[in-house]
Parts: sequence; structure tokens; C-alpha cells
Amino acid sequence: MPIPSGELVARLKKGDLRAASRLMSRAEAHDEATLASMGEIYKSAGRAHIVGLTGVPGSGKSTLVSKLVETIRNDGRRVGVIAIDPSSPFSGGSILGDRIRMTNLVMDEGVYIRSMATRGSTGGLARSALTAVDILDVAGFDIVIIETVGVGQDEVEIAQASHSTIVVSAPGLGDDVQAIKAGILEIADIHVVSKCDRPDSNRTITDLKTMLAMGINIAIKDQEGRPLWQVPVVGTSSERGEGIDTLIQTIDRHRDVHRSTQLGVERMRRIAEYRTFKTAEDLLRSRFFDSTNNRLNATVDRIAKRELDPFTASTELLSKVAF
Amino acid sequence: MQSVYSLLCVKKHDGRILMSSPIRVLLAKVGLDGHDRGVKVVARTLRDAGMDVIYTGLHRTPDEVVNAAIQEDVDVLGISLLSGAHMTICPKIMALLEEKDASDTIVVVGGVVPDEDVNALKEMGVKELLLQDTPPNKIVETLQRLVDERGPR
Amino acid sequence: MSVLNKFSPGELQQQLELWEENEVSSFLKKQPERENDFFTLGGFPVKRTYTALDTQDTPLEDIGLPGQYPFTRGPYPTMYRSRNWTMRQIAGFGTGEDTNNRFKYLISQGQTGLSTDFDMPTLMGYDSDHPMSDGEVGREGVAIDTLADMEALFDEIDLEKISVSMTINPTAWILLAMYVALAKRRGYDLNKLSGTIQADILKEYMAQKEYIYPIAPSVRIVRDCITYCAEHMKRYNPINISGYHISEAGSSPLHEVAFTMANAITYVEEVQKTGMDVDSYAPRLAFFFVCQADFFEEVAKFRAVRRVWAKIMKERFGAKKPESMRLRFHTQTAAASLTKPQYKVNIMRTTLQALSAVLGGTQSLHTNGMDEAFAIPTEEAMKIALRTQQVIADETNVANVIDPLGGSYYVENLTSQYEQKIFELLDEVEEKGGTIKLIEEGWFQKHIADFAYETALRKQNGQKPVIGVNKYVEEDEKFDIETHPYDATTAERQINRLKEVRKTRDNKKVEQLLDQLLEVAKDETKNIMPITIELVDAGATMGDIVEKLRTLWGTYRENPVF
Repeated sequence: MPIPSGELVARLKKGDLRAASRLMSRAEAHDEATLASMGEIYKSAGRAHIVGLTGVPGSGKSTLVSKLVETIRNDGRRVGVIAIDPSSPFSGGSILGDRIRMTNLVMDEGVYIRSMATRGSTGGLARSALTAVDILDVAGFDIVIIETVGVGQDEVEIAQASHSTIVVSAPGLGDDVQAIKAGILEIADIHVVSKCDRPDSNRTITDLKTMLAMGINIAIKDQEGRPLWQVPVVGTSSERGEGIDTLIQTIDRHRDVHRSTQLGVERMRRIAEYRTFKTAEDLLRSRFFDSTNNRLNATVDRIAKRELDPFTASTELLSKVAF
Repeated sequence: MQSVYSLLCVKKHDGRILMSSPIRVLLAKVGLDGHDRGVKVVARTLRDAGMDVIYTGLHRTPDEVVNAAIQEDVDVLGISLLSGAHMTICPKIMALLEEKDASDTIVVVGGVVPDEDVNALKEMGVKELLLQDTPPNKIVETLQRLVDERGPR
Repeated sequence: MSVLNKFSPGELQQQLELWEENEVSSFLKKQPERENDFFTLGGFPVKRTYTALDTQDTPLEDIGLPGQYPFTRGPYPTMYRSRNWTMRQIAGFGTGEDTNNRFKYLISQGQTGLSTDFDMPTLMGYDSDHPMSDGEVGREGVAIDTLADMEALFDEIDLEKISVSMTINPTAWILLAMYVALAKRRGYDLNKLSGTIQADILKEYMAQKEYIYPIAPSVRIVRDCITYCAEHMKRYNPINISGYHISEAGSSPLHEVAFTMANAITYVEEVQKTGMDVDSYAPRLAFFFVCQADFFEEVAKFRAVRRVWAKIMKERFGAKKPESMRLRFHTQTAAASLTKPQYKVNIMRTTLQALSAVLGGTQSLHTNGMDEAFAIPTEEAMKIALRTQQVIADETNVANVIDPLGGSYYVENLTSQYEQKIFELLDEVEEKGGTIKLIEEGWFQKHIADFAYETALRKQNGQKPVIGVNKYVEEDEKFDIETHPYDATTAERQINRLKEVRKTRDNKKVEQLLDQLLEVAKDETKNIMPITIELVDAGATMGDIVEKLRTLWGTYRENPVF
């Protein structure tokens, strides 16, 4: 007999990681029966600092995360990692390999790594990623890093979902800084240039700084008109273990600003808004499929033959959705 | 090409259509054996069947693999072994799963295992052996069946 | 000058077309062909039949003669007429003594060269009492931790008279050091020793996945083996640049040979950097390929890769000596083609693959045992495998004519196609940034994984027939095969000797030497062999050496591609 979610939540609050693990699976299963428990977890969360990390493939994200986690552990803080990879558009399945870069951390009790696939979600975040973050939060983790795919302009959800957003670029992957190409330049609270052991890394750092200076300044300002947060560019080398301490200090600084100023208030509101819409959207989508499924194929066939139009059809289908 | 969403919907026992919980599988190479041709073919096969596959890479220890299986709350732990060390490695893994209260994990073994050891492995809790030359679709069917039989957890 | 002297291509073409229109066409009406299109195992389309037209683009000098550039027809002018290929069945299990017994058995049965397989701990650099070695000591090969183990392994075997191949990769230099230390103790002349270490680390990152350190220091070690042997062991082959494992990991035959060439080029470039003249070491570079199931494709593949290597050595690296340009290789029949169901059929598979390898001009051959899918081979399985080679050598007369398939329209055409495609791939590798970069990016691995996946799907849907597995399947087959048992006392015996060595050696000296090892390792211009030889002679274990260097170089972790 499966353990009731309520019981699992009680165990989670005591720090039971087995319960955490099972709850994450239930969140992913998206069963409405567990919504109440997910709600309780949400309300109990709020302690952990959420760091979103994105960057194009080849930017050295995974290795950087692994080094970050190792170093954060040195001061005793507990770290969770949600590693997200894309689902195959053909089969819906996925191969999740981010853990491999972090195998030396598996045996550390203060580290928790969970791999997730996007499963149809198009913003770069897995649907249940934030619930998973809540779960780790309640279990007592101090920092939770969400590592996303980061391949294009779609991948901006991470900025709406995390407290601190890091964008990773690497030298030598192309003429321009990939962050610009990928349309994710503006979402960063912190820019990282990885692989700084390479000779061309200085050019990448300079390019980034120039781009940032040129960008429209939409930063939130304090009473004297100064931005509450100036986006820095941090150079790191995972191979040499350089820049990691600086990066962590920068994250901590951002967290402090986030927690003590208007910056954080606005951010938290944005996150709440994002989660509200996302959750409602998911609920709507799943109920839509549930309610319309026996009619859907026939309806789609008629639309394909132009006997029916999508506008009339969807209005009609929506009206049948049970609430 | 169907939308991923519709690919992932299944009809539940009670008739509702819901986004399916993905079958999560951890594929592990344990010990010094570096033959990964088979495990990679299986990974692709399972992905193409809609499952989420976590691969922990080469040269892992039983401890590392079990810890990963628990964090990822996988439905199936697939161990790939061609080195003959299965009678050393599998008991360790089964004992660790028991110790960490994760015995509901379905354990299957792939690779090369002599006939005379098959029963012993099953007795210690390995649900199925999917050895060399098992067609990919049989592997998919077997895992789906085993997860179905286990029921919700 | 082309092959077409008497007929004009135009006339031949006409003849061909008439044949298609008349004889072929009318026959097809009665009996259609089995498929619409036919392909080799490697995916090359094949015609109904081949004629002189299909060889007209191959320059006659590219075909040439045996023992002459570009060596398409064989590296030696007399080949098996002077001396058969070496019958070299691999052996290795248990402790040094156990394998020593098998060596002696095989020699008594007519084997002409020794080949050693090591257990996983030895292959990966762990001592037998390391936790990672649990359950694996002496199981898939012989356990070697110290020089004392080597001494047991080659007890009563005259290394000056018989050549020894050691299938060992990341720890190859240590095994070589032990071999040299042993030879010195026995008073052998190092320049008389003949044999080889596999030592091809690049294919490990691509295919077999036996590695310890990151790529750069590992390639440096290979370079050191090559230069050391060039100076001190004139008859020794310090490397077997291998395609076998690339094929077994799932690649096509074309990729097998092309990727091997890419690796070979990288090694040569590495040694060139030391300033050593190419002709002083290139003659001793050896190769190792698989012989897969497509009979004629494999022959064409071997001929093509010989021609490719010759051209690369001459044109790219400026070799002057013919010995530097001629490719010599060992072959193993394809283990991946063997089955568990109806395992005796494996004997026939192996026979045909062996014949293919001989017709392809191999210098040395290991034929697999019929029990390949079960365990490491029994004496019986190895004997039959050996007899397979002996039948070919003694009863078929194929060894009496060199390159008998030379001139076959089909084989020459396919050889040239292979040559062309290999060079195209090598150009692509070059353009994309070179072998090491592409290994790091997983480019080779992706090709290998793709072909492996396609092969699995084709087996599943029957497009690739495998007797016993998807064709002529026997549902209720009972297996009555006796397999090689694992001696449960192996680990204990081995670890006892290991402990003994550690106790009786001068531990202070070993510590000092290990510190020196680190200094040598830090200086990329120094050769790591001499200090390693000193170390093993002083009783250092493999684990001592590997772990010490790990503190400097770290461990390689791959980025797997699917």
C-alpha cells in the first residue's frame, strides 16, 4: 500500500530524504490527489535560496555546478541540485546524464541530486521542478540549484522561477557571446564565463561587460538612483578550481540584496505570479485532456478536413471541461 | 509528430486520462567493467519508448548506485554486468537497497551471466535477467510489465 | 595505365547493358532477387556483379605487388610462403602460475606466439586488494600486481625465442617495465625480445573505456613507450593501434579502420614533436583489427587500410624506409558476432572470419572460442579454435598464393571505395579540429553508438539475420556446455603474494623512487620508462605507481554520448 502523501509530508518536515524522493515522484506524476500535500509543502517552504543556472550546451554548466556544490559544502551548507534535460519530442522519453559530472558528490549526505526531464514543458523548466525545490527546501537544504538546458530564447523561465539567475558562457564556442545569440543575456543576475584557463576567455569577458553596459538599464534603483544590483561578470575555471569562491560570494551577496531590499520583494512576487499561472495552466491542460479525450480524435479529424474550425471546436471542448 | 503532451498521456485504472508518471529507470555500470555498448543501446531504446533514463556512467560502486537510485526514486534499477562479478556486486546492491528501505525498487540485470547463477540472482531479489541478444522491444515490454505489476507506490 | 587493355570501356559497358536487358531481365521474371538492394555489412551498396569497368579508376600502381609500396597486396613479398601468420590465441586467468600452465598447453598444441589477457584490476591499475577489485581478481584475465607475478607468468618460457603480446592499455607501460625488468634479471638481450603491448589509449576513450588519467598525460605515456623501445628494444612493437575494440563497441567496418588511422596519425604527430626521425620508430608501429562477418568486405578493408597507411606515412610524414610504410596487423575474429544459442555454430562463424583474415593478409591471428558468449575460453574451445587456423594453413593451400583475391573486380573496387572513404573521414577529422578534440566532443563515440543502435534494431526486426537468435531459433535448447570455472581461491592466493612482496621489499627505497617518478612525470620532456623499470624491480606494485601519478594527473571522467 502506498504511503499517504500526508504521512510523507510529515516525515519530510523531519528531514526524511526517502520521503522527499517519493514526494518528488508524486509531484511529477501530477496526480490531483496529491495537490493538497503539494500545497502544504509550498506553505512550509521559503528558507532555501534558489539559484537558477543556464547556458548553452558546451558552456561547461554541469562541471561548474559540480564545483560549486563541492565548494559550498566546505562551509557546511546543504545543497540540492535539480538537473533538467530535454525530453525527446518524438517519444516523450529522455536520457538524463547530468549526474555523471557529480558522481563524487553522491555519497555526501549534504548533497541531493535529482534529474528531471522537461516532458513537454517549453520554457526550459520541468513542470514539477519548483515543487521539487520546495520539497528540498522543507527537508532543510540551504541552497537549491536548478540547472536547465538553456538552448534558446525559450529558456527564460528559469529567471522567473529563481531568486538568483546565473547565465554561463564559454570562450571559443563562436564569434559572439552565446548569451546574446541565445537571447538570454538580460535574464542574468550574474554572468559567468567558464573555462577561463583558455587564452580567449578574456575577450569573452570583455565582450560581455560591453554588452551589459550597452543594454537598456531596467534595473531597480534605490532612493539615490543607484541600481540595487549591478550584474557582474565572473570568470571561472573548473579545471583549475579558480573563480568558484568568488562566484559563491557573489551569489551570497545577491541573496543578501534579494532578501533585504525591494529587489527581493519584486522578485518573489514575480515568482508567485509565475507559479500561479503555471500551476493553473497545467491543471487546465490536464483536465482538458481528461474531459475531452474520447471526443478529441474525432474533433481533430473534422478540423483537418475543414468541416470544423479550431476556434469553434476549442470553445466547445473547453465548455465540457469539468472543474 | 504528436505533441509531447499527448504522447505522455495514459488512461489510468479509474478511466481518467492523465499525464503519465514517467517510468524512471537508472542504468548502472558497476565495477571495473567498461563495456557500455549494450547499456547505451538500452538507454536509447527506453528513451524511445517514452521512459526517463538516468545513466550514472562507468566504474561506479554499489553504494554510489543505490544512493543515486534512491535520490532519483527510480522505478527500475538496471545493472549491466559483463565482467563475471555479478555474484559479488548484486548481493551488495540488494543488501544496500534493503538497508535504505528501498526494496520496492525493481532490480533487473543485463549483460552476461552464466545460466547457473540466474536462479541465485532471482532468489536474492533480481526480478528479471535481460541478457545478451535480448531484443530491445522485449526489454521495454518487460519493464513496463514489471512496473504495472508492482502497481502504484 | 588501366586494367582495360584489350577491350574498350565502351564495348564492355555495352556488353554489360545487353546482359542486363537479356539474360538478367528474363531470369528475373521467373525468379526475382531476394532484395531490391544489397549492401555490405558496413552499408556499402553492392552490384549484381563486377567487371573490369569497376576497376578502371584504380591506378595499377595502387594495386601493386606484395611487399612493395603501397603494400595493398601485403607487407612482405613472400608472405605465408615463407612463414605462416602467427597463431596467437589469447590466454589469461587466475594467478601467474595458472596462466603459465595454459601458455604451456597452447605451445604444446602448436601455438606459435603468446598473447596475454589481464584481469580488470590489472587493466585498470588497481592492486588485487583494492576495494574496486573485489570479485574481479583473476577472473577475466591474469592478475599482475608486481614483478613477482610476472616471473610466475613466464616461468620456464624463453622470451628470447617466443614473442609475447600483452593486451594492456592504461597500465601498459608498467607491464612493459616489468617485462624489461624480468628480461634483465634473466640476462636476455633486450634487442632480441619480440612482442608487443597494446598501449593504444586513444581508442579507450573512444571505445573500450579502459582509462585512468586524462588524455594528454596518457598520450605522453604512449609516446614514451614508443621512443623507449625505438632506442632499447629493436624488435619490440611498442603499440598495437587498434580497430578491434572500436568495431566491438558497435562501429561499422569503415569507421573501425578510419578511426584507427586517425589515432595512429595522432601518435605519430606526438612522437614527431620529440624530434625523433620517423624512420627510426615507425617500422615498429603495429595494428590490430577485427575480422567481421562480411567475407569480402573485410578483405577489401584490410587491403585498403594498408594502402592508406602507406600513403600517409610517405606523403604526410615523409617516411623513407619501406618498413615505415608497411602496415602489419594482428586480427581477432569478431566476438560480437558470436551467439549463446546454438553456440557450436560459432565454430563455423569463426572459421569463415579466420579465412577472411588470412585472405586479407594478417600477420597474426586469434580465433575465438565457441564458448565466447559464456565465459573465458576452456582448453577445449581454444584447441578447436587453434585447429581452425591449422586447417586453413595446412589443408586448404590458400597460404601458397599471395593475395589471391587481388585482381578480383569486386574486391579491387571495394578496396578503392574504402580507401577513398577513409581519406574523406580523415579530412573531416582534421577540419573539425583533430582527433583529441573530437574525442572530447564525443564525435567518434556518437558514430559508434549510432551504428550499434541501428544494428540492434536490424537484429530485432530480422533485417540482420543471426542464426539461433532471430533465424532458425530453437526454443527449447538445453545448454550442456562446460565452461571455464573461476577458481575461488584466486584472490586469496594472489593477495598473499602481494602482501609478501610488500613486506619483503625495501619500502623506503620504493617511496623514494615514487617521489622521483612524480618529478619525471611533471617534466613532459622526460621518459617515464626508466624510473618505472627501477620501481617494479624494487617491488613497487602497480597500485603504488598508478595512485602516485593520480595525485598529479587526476582521473578521467567521460561525457557519455548515446
